Amino acid sequence: MARLIKTEKEVEGRYTEQWVVVEEDALEQWPEGPLETVGRPAARVDGLARARGEARYTQDIKLPGMLHAAVLRSPYARALVKHIDLKPALGARGVRAAIGPGDLDVLTEEPNYEGEAVAAVAAETAGQARAALSAIAVEWEKLEPLLDVAEALRRESFLNDPKRYERGDVERGLAEADAVVEAEYRTQSVLHNALETHQTTCEWEGDTVVVYTSTQWLWGVRDEVAAAFDLPKDKVRVICRFMGGGFGAKGSAGDYTMIAAELARRTGRPVHCRLDRREENVNSGNRNPTIQKLRVGARADGTLTAISGEYVCLLGWDGWLPPTSGPAQMLYACDNVRTVDYGVRLNSPPMDAFRAPGFVEGTFGLECVLDELAAKLDLDPLELRRRNHADHDPLDERPFSGKELMECYSRAEPHWERRHEVHARSQGPWKHGVGLATQLWYGGGGPPSYAWVRLSGDGTATVLTAMQDIGTGTRTAMAQIAAEELGLPVERVTVELGDTAHGPYAAVSGGSSTTPSMGPAVRAAAGDVARQVREIAAQRFDVEERVLSLAGGKVVSADGGSWPLEEITGLLEDGQILGQGARGPNPAGMRVMTYGIQVAEVAVDVETGEVVVDRIYAVHDIGRVINPLGAESQIEGGIIQAIGHTLSEQRLLDPQTGKVLTRTLDSYKLPTIADVPEIVSELVDKPDAHLTNLGSKGLGEPPIVPTAAAIANAIRDATGADVRSLPITREEVLNALREAEQRQRAEEQVGAATA
Amino acid sequence: MLALSVNGHSYELEAPVGRTLAEALRNDLGLTGTKIACAEGHCGACTVQLDGVPVLSCITLVHTVGEREVTTIEGLREHALVEAFVEADATQCGFCTPGQIVSASALLAANAQPSRDEVRHAMSGNLCRCGTYPKIERAIAAVAARGEGD
Repeated sequence: MARLIKTEKEVEGRYTEQWVVVEEDALEQWPEGPLETVGRPAARVDGLARARGEARYTQDIKLPGMLHAAVLRSPYARALVKHIDLKPALGARGVRAAIGPGDLDVLTEEPNYEGEAVAAVAAETAGQARAALSAIAVEWEKLEPLLDVAEALRRESFLNDPKRYERGDVERGLAEADAVVEAEYRTQSVLHNALETHQTTCEWEGDTVVVYTSTQWLWGVRDEVAAAFDLPKDKVRVICRFMGGGFGAKGSAGDYTMIAAELARRTGRPVHCRLDRREENVNSGNRNPTIQKLRVGARADGTLTAISGEYVCLLGWDGWLPPTSGPAQMLYACDNVRTVDYGVRLNSPPMDAFRAPGFVEGTFGLECVLDELAAKLDLDPLELRRRNHADHDPLDERPFSGKELMECYSRAEPHWERRHEVHARSQGPWKHGVGLATQLWYGGGGPPSYAWVRLSGDGTATVLTAMQDIGTGTRTAMAQIAAEELGLPVERVTVELGDTAHGPYAAVSGGSSTTPSMGPAVRAAAGDVARQVREIAAQRFDVEERVLSLAGGKVVSADGGSWPLEEITGLLEDGQILGQGARGPNPAGMRVMTYGIQVAEVAVDVETGEVVVDRIYAVHDIGRVINPLGAESQIEGGIIQAIGHTLSEQRLLDPQTGKVLTRTLDSYKLPTIADVPEIVSELVDKPDAHLTNLGSKGLGEPPIVPTAAAIANAIRDATGADVRSLPITREEVLNALREAEQRQRAEEQVGAATA
Repeated sequence: MLALSVNGHSYELEAPVGRTLAEALRNDLGLTGTKIACAEGHCGACTVQLDGVPVLSCITLVHTVGEREVTTIEGLREHALVEAFVEADATQCGFCTPGQIVSASALLAANAQPSRDEVRHAMSGNLCRCGTYPKIERAIAAVAARGEGD
């Protein structure tokens, strides 16, 4: 019987309570370790389609009669549209419709950041649409943008109320400390730059709008479009079968979707609205910059007595306040913690989630300042972290559902020990060093999420669920899970996803939640089918159902004897066996998190400030691993993106005009293949005993969290310089080296004076 | 009318002056395996070969191709690199993958046993935001080791 319960739901650290219906017959977790399919490396089931160029992305969808949209975006960070005339654009060659402020909520006459949408046209070709934009006559009144952080703080220009947290007594904790470090850390704005830009094609079919879009959340887009056009939710059908990357920036519908839908409605033709690369770099979200004022104190034995953090998050005009203080609050057992997060509103493009939002930035500050503290106390940084290990959730004393961080520390030990041989490599201006940093992040997933499985007469199974595979390999993981439960080789399982009309509701692909949300639902649906197969086989072969199991493509009896699956399913000819499954709740009263540690080896040229990352070792605890090959790719991808934001990537904003200066992929420096170090990774791979029928957590985000701090700590280890600002440019390294030199000289003078 | 030879097939198309090769392939010939990610020659997603030489089709005007043979991912579907990319897990979102394979096949055709540095040099114009680079290296090395580069 279905049971209605209230459960806690978490996405990227944002908790809500919600009702969920759970089934009584929850499956037991599989035993630990690699099974037949789950836990073994699997090539992607859609790898050939992607590699052969057959996979159709949103950009490849070409519908008969399709028009192309172009968007007039504000060239100013703050302005008023005094007057706008669309008529000249409507008369331009190939143009079929034009819309402006008042026609659609996302079109504004008071733009508050560069790139905010003002008007749009649809034309026969993309070139005609772009050309028509210049025909739109706009009279602008330029207004003074708010871009200065100090001024914004003075005016209390906040997007949300400051978020304050306190436990214990920080001042007392600092007073009790044998060493205190106070430092300011800064992180920059980072741009997602998925290779497929944000885009949507919309087509109306009667009272239904079909939305082809590059998205991380089909159902979120459905709800937003339904609300914007006042439609019943299922009159919006959202399709994304192949998706060209998101990294957090494609979690909502975006102005381009609304523009495509409205222009399609007005013209009665399909309309494609695609951001070009320059729009993408201005207008599709960003990781917000932070300024972090940190104070930490510890006793001589390393016990943390106080952590205090003030986080100024420069969100831009819109967005939300990410959990930047999360690591300071939750990573270590410390009795006295006080944090405040300010979400500063400026006339700059809005932030959006970017792979572990908040924790990437917060971990950089915390894990660097911890190493400064270790240096001051003359303690081993790894030992310092062990001594402050949190055995339960420091926020509210909850037990963790599963936590193998100490195991991660143990496995990292030999890699940390390499530092002695690494130091010995230093030669001339090139100094070598090793640094480490701990990772904490969410990733437990949650309900509601559903899947259906159908088993056909020929013994092949299809998983149907309207989830998305944004490139992380979730399609393959779901195939493995269903194959395992059905005792089938993975080749006999097909996964159909990416269409809200072809399957039940599925979780957002964000917050490392796809596999932990969808996997248990898929297993439950496959389990439902397996149960029916056993029931049918029991009747057909006159055996007791409880002795039957599915393995190796057969129904196997514990009493001996086995029958190929097709012998049972084949009885039904065109009949199918249908199963359904739902994601159960997360364990009540427990905190579900992911953990890990990374060890970086770097070389620094102290004359030029050049930093070369030689090697990264990563070990993470995400519970049970479904596909070790895909998991390794997630780790490598996260680390490579992190190397980008650590060393080269930075959105530059003109401080006077608020215009984005890094609009192209030659000015915005993504890592290339030549920037990749040796990456050695492993996973603890121990199922979280309390979490779902799988014991699996997500891995999309954890690997990107600690890398920057590990690299910065390695630079300190190599040179003695405290780099406290991302990206760590040569200038930043040289400045930090100069400061370290001055500090040392001052200490020597004090030393000489006292002597 | 413009004549174009693509993957061994002859095509005739009407193309206005200024049409890029990438647009012609995708929009006029329906060969959507070639991806456009930046449209200004910075990312490599649109890489195709002209007489075996990798070029960026998004900044190559179709009228300049002349009699040179155009090879796109559609012409390389049976290349050993395709299977090797899948085996090595060198595709994540896959949007850059066709361009990566086109570049890698040109490299191996010119240099059947490239060193690691040569691979990194030849492939550094093909950006991958998902970070499949280690797996791309592995896939290319596997094909080179098996001598299946051409």
